Amino acid sequence: MTALADFSLNPHPPAQPDLHGYNVERIRADFPILHQKVHGHPLVYLDNAATSQKPRQVIDAIVRYYERDNANIHRGVHYLSEKATEDYENSRKTVQEFLGAGDCREIIFVRSTTEAINLVAQTYVRQHLGAGDEVLITAMEHHSNIVPWQMVCQEKQAKLQVAPINEDGELILQEFERLLSPRTKIVSVAHLSNALGTINPLRQIIQMAHARNIPVLVDGAQSAPRLAVDVRELDCDFYAFSGHKIYGPTGIGVLYGKLPLLEAMPPYQGGGDMISSVSFERTIYNKVPHKFEAGTPDISGPIGLRAALEYINRLGIESIERHEHELLEYATERVSAFPGIKLIGTAKEKAGVLSFVMEGVHPHDIGTILDQEGIAIRTGHHCAQPVMQRFGVPATARASFGLYNTKEEIDALVSGIEKVQEVFG
Amino acid sequence: MAGLRDLYQEVILEHSKVPRNYREMADADHKAEGFNPLCGDRFTVYLHMEGDAIQDISFQGSGCAISKASASMMTQMLKGKTRAQAEKLFETFHTLVTGHGPGPESELGKMAVFAGVSEFPARVKCATLAWHTLQAALENKQDAVSTE
Repeated sequence: MTALADFSLNPHPPAQPDLHGYNVERIRADFPILHQKVHGHPLVYLDNAATSQKPRQVIDAIVRYYERDNANIHRGVHYLSEKATEDYENSRKTVQEFLGAGDCREIIFVRSTTEAINLVAQTYVRQHLGAGDEVLITAMEHHSNIVPWQMVCQEKQAKLQVAPINEDGELILQEFERLLSPRTKIVSVAHLSNALGTINPLRQIIQMAHARNIPVLVDGAQSAPRLAVDVRELDCDFYAFSGHKIYGPTGIGVLYGKLPLLEAMPPYQGGGDMISSVSFERTIYNKVPHKFEAGTPDISGPIGLRAALEYINRLGIESIERHEHELLEYATERVSAFPGIKLIGTAKEKAGVLSFVMEGVHPHDIGTILDQEGIAIRTGHHCAQPVMQRFGVPATARASFGLYNTKEEIDALVSGIEKVQEVFG
Repeated sequence: MAGLRDLYQEVILEHSKVPRNYREMADADHKAEGFNPLCGDRFTVYLHMEGDAIQDISFQGSGCAISKASASMMTQMLKGKTRAQAEKLFETFHTLVTGHGPGPESELGKMAVFAGVSEFPARVKCATLAWHTLQAALENKQDAVSTE
């Protein structure tokens, strides 16, 4: 075992478990990376919307797989191959339960949310989109929920429609509904905006679209780690999320799709594993989900992801949601108290993300000065350039919270901002 | 904090707040736009050449303190310089901000204050954005010359 968890580096006194039994200090002990100094200060990691850190349970699961169980899946009769196949498929089951899906065949492993969206764009939508048809997204989307649609729209001479947002960064629902037309072939929206922190009213969005028989894809990259999701209750047609933002490894993502849709969709990539039989005359494709998982997949990815989801299940996603909500409220109150700071994204329903700009100081400079204090935040356009244009700013500084962050870390952020003002004073 | 003070020297902060030659140039004979897609910094550099000499130079755009101050001080430094001199100065400046010398006594004069950037590799692109944009503007001129 490594001796990374050196608590002498942690300046914060052990917190008492809160009323709900959420013991953040005990949680922090599970994350080896948090216990280090950066530029002489204890690391304060507030860049969770970019990627999250991994608990020892996830790291151990991946190590264990490579040390004991590694083999290719779905092909061998030998012990290790059967073991690896079982672990891989059990991970699918864990994801199914986590999302509340009715059938584990509705869970497809991909590389990332980005790949999940591209898969739907290049299979389902490519099949159904014709010249003059439309795809509807919102003005708060991440580039990964814009560009795949632009690509398929361009190819099919279809139109990408964008529903506007208001000054608080909330979707204008009437405008959204107005843009739903008989030519709309799919709606694709973020559950939770990575740049603004806005939680979209998914139930209403989905009802409005379904009333016109339009399927809805939900980009869950930011919501899966911090909001309870039940795909059957939501009744979304597709839901995508990434492993690395939910305390799992990079390189693994999930596409949930309703079974009848997936079964009718053409395959995404060709190769091994996605076929039942191949001859030069005729190839028969495998059943879902394997039809969409060509080639040897990332096997350690789903195994690591499973450990991450089990970790979250043990804490309870509702407890995480509550914890992060308290952090966001506290951070909003403290950061917005600074003169000259303007929050970007002030929706009534928000989670996880605090985006701001500071008068006279570019976000990039804020980022460098905070980094010197050991505080990691994201500065820039957050892969959402249209959002920046909407608010007339070139970039923002963004602090984003995770299940292991503390109020003391927000105090450190506030001290860091004071330092920024000192330098630029 | 020492590193931060090296980066954000008074003269850099002052130029970022009150940038010099910060204007659109109506009679520019060459201009180029520079863009750092990673952080969203965007500048336009305007040139008015007289023969081989930079008769006038200005810039506009948005960016962080480092990129703005670098652009401001660059325009002050390059007025009256020849293209060859400007290119040589960019080379020297690039060497400075990437931490490969030269010392503060170099021909960079006031711009030697950017030496602190070398401790912040992520900020090298900020410091050199205006210079890359200048180079693009100068190359436009070469193209024009070769066409004639």
